[in-house]
Amino acid sequence: MAGGDKVVINERGNREIVMIGNHLAAQAAVDCGCKFFGGYPITPSSEVMEYISDALPAVGGTCIQMEDEIAGVAVATGAAMSGVRAMTATSGPGISLKAENLGLAQMAEVPLVVVNVMRGGPSTGLPTRVAQGDINQAKNPSHGDYKSIALCAGTLAECYTETVRAFNLADRFMQPVFVLLDATLGLMHAKAEIPSLEEVQKNIVPRKKFEGDPKDYKPYGVAQDEPAVLNPMFQGYRYHFTGLHHDANGFPTEEIETCRKLIDRLFRKVEEHKDEIESNEEFMIDDADILLIGYGSASLSIKEAVMRLREQGIKAGMFRPITIWPSPEDRMYELGQKFDKVMVVELNQGQYLEEVQRSMGRRDIEKLTKTNGRPFSPQDIIDKVKEVF
Amino acid sequence: MAFNYDEYLRLEKMPTLWCWGCGDGIVLKAFVRAVDKLQIPKDDICVVSGIGCSGRFSSYVDFNTIHTTHGRTPAYATGVKLANPDKTVVCVTGDGDALAIGGNHTIHAARRNIDITFIVIQNFIYGLTNSQTSPTTPQGMWTVTQKIGNIDPAFDACRLVEAAGASFVAREAVTKPKKLEKVIVEALKHKGFAYVDALTNCHINLGRKNKMVSAMETLDWIDSITLTKPKYDALSEEEKKKYLPTGILKQDTEAEEYCELYQRIIDAHQGKRAKITREEFDQKITI
Repeated sequence: MAGGDKVVINERGNREIVMIGNHLAAQAAVDCGCKFFGGYPITPSSEVMEYISDALPAVGGTCIQMEDEIAGVAVATGAAMSGVRAMTATSGPGISLKAENLGLAQMAEVPLVVVNVMRGGPSTGLPTRVAQGDINQAKNPSHGDYKSIALCAGTLAECYTETVRAFNLADRFMQPVFVLLDATLGLMHAKAEIPSLEEVQKNIVPRKKFEGDPKDYKPYGVAQDEPAVLNPMFQGYRYHFTGLHHDANGFPTEEIETCRKLIDRLFRKVEEHKDEIESNEEFMIDDADILLIGYGSASLSIKEAVMRLREQGIKAGMFRPITIWPSPEDRMYELGQKFDKVMVVELNQGQYLEEVQRSMGRRDIEKLTKTNGRPFSPQDIIDKVKEVF
Repeated sequence: MAFNYDEYLRLEKMPTLWCWGCGDGIVLKAFVRAVDKLQIPKDDICVVSGIGCSGRFSSYVDFNTIHTTHGRTPAYATGVKLANPDKTVVCVTGDGDALAIGGNHTIHAARRNIDITFIVIQNFIYGLTNSQTSPTTPQGMWTVTQKIGNIDPAFDACRLVEAAGASFVAREAVTKPKKLEKVIVEALKHKGFAYVDALTNCHINLGRKNKMVSAMETLDWIDSITLTKPKYDALSEEEKKKYLPTGILKQDTEAEEYCELYQRIIDAHQGKRAKITREEFDQKITI
């Protein structure tokens, strides 16, 4: 590990290490074959670039600090277009600035991992304090129609494992994938148990490559539920990237049916393979009467609250979406049928609450929200549960 | 034998979307001839463009090509180049793209002196979108956003990138296609950030709205405001204000190139770094 952090291999063959979440995300990138990082310093995500600026060149990769947030995502996207695994990291204001170029990566189907260490917003907000206010932003950072993939780490170890998963999903679906951390997780310094390097490398699924005659190569001419097949540059398959509506060869077009099919495919390649993307945790919900829904660092407090409530005879359980977008709408619908008492707990004004309401098809869902930059204490949640149920 | 352009063009994309008489095609031909002269394999070239008439350039040439967002061309190209330092990366952009919305990226690509050939098709106006003011529109000219005559001072981008750190700076007009080809050859050969200001005519959205109704009249105007560098250098400071110098304006072959500098970081992190003394440290710091 870069920086000389001590690693212990435990009896399960996993690595145990004391690190902050931002460093774990950076190390994950290096371990799963990322060769390029472009970024711009911003609190509370800067430690990702600080760490990877040492770790990438050590494996022959490149890390560049660009002149602004926009250039940070553009440089990484350029590297990804050329064929390497690439990443950028930032927080909410950075995503706001990167939005247009994330749209190009969606449209041109460029795989890219985008780490967002969430802080208080809007605007400059509370730079050093925690929030989960970028949930809606992660769904649609740019103008136009496309289907985002966003993974939300809820533990220190997941800062690592979800970053690895993001790289594999980005190459599978050929689009940017968000890894949402927050100021609490990103800067939390504690022990994490992460898979062995061999395990991580064994599970790398690189992007598909066309091997036939270049004359037959149609990078965007794929099945309606599949992503583009974009070969690395400089290998004899010369094609065109554009943010314009484009044909099977990537060239601009306004042909009516081609335009319709392109956007339809950007949706369907994700929607029809949700099972490959979905990931949730269900904690003590089998015998529960009360369902608490939360994600990210807030779920750490929710878990503690669930256990304390149970000590007091109140049977609570937690459902935690790890893949935030596309949402686990089918599972949430089932849970909505099973539980009368449902409460969403999140560090914003109820951004995911709306998705839970939509998925469950009901509006009688309680909420506990907070937007003052402070995390939930388990007691906050216990008090609210006792008050409303 | 006449030069065969077909090998380098995506013929199915012809004719171009550029207007009749537009100089962009001359820049395209000069670029293709320069590539042919240097015999750079098509697979080894990546052409990156932005938004505007110049943005379409990338779709017409048979290389690895990227049509990016408005102004971000240098940043995308930097990513391609740093990930593939042995390949030839070329930006083809415009005055609005490179100098207004993308000005920051142009400055910093020049500052890093990264090995990118950076061609600005400079037509003094936002042509594609019908005559809005560009950072190089001369003061007094009619634009659709300044109909009483542009009040915004124009600036000489060659001086900007030179000050920022570009190690090669040149300017030629499409009225001198052979000279333009020559400076592009030199730019491609140069190791470092090579800026080429390619002056061209937009008679449709600049010329005919400013008493230059034809392509020829607009080209004549370009000739009237350009002077070769030796002639320009001989002018008084007051007279210089009326002209833009042409030719190779800067060529520093000693300047350190960014990918090579980055290799030092890789070497250092792979344990090839020797401990340095205080004296060496002091020498290393440059302001």
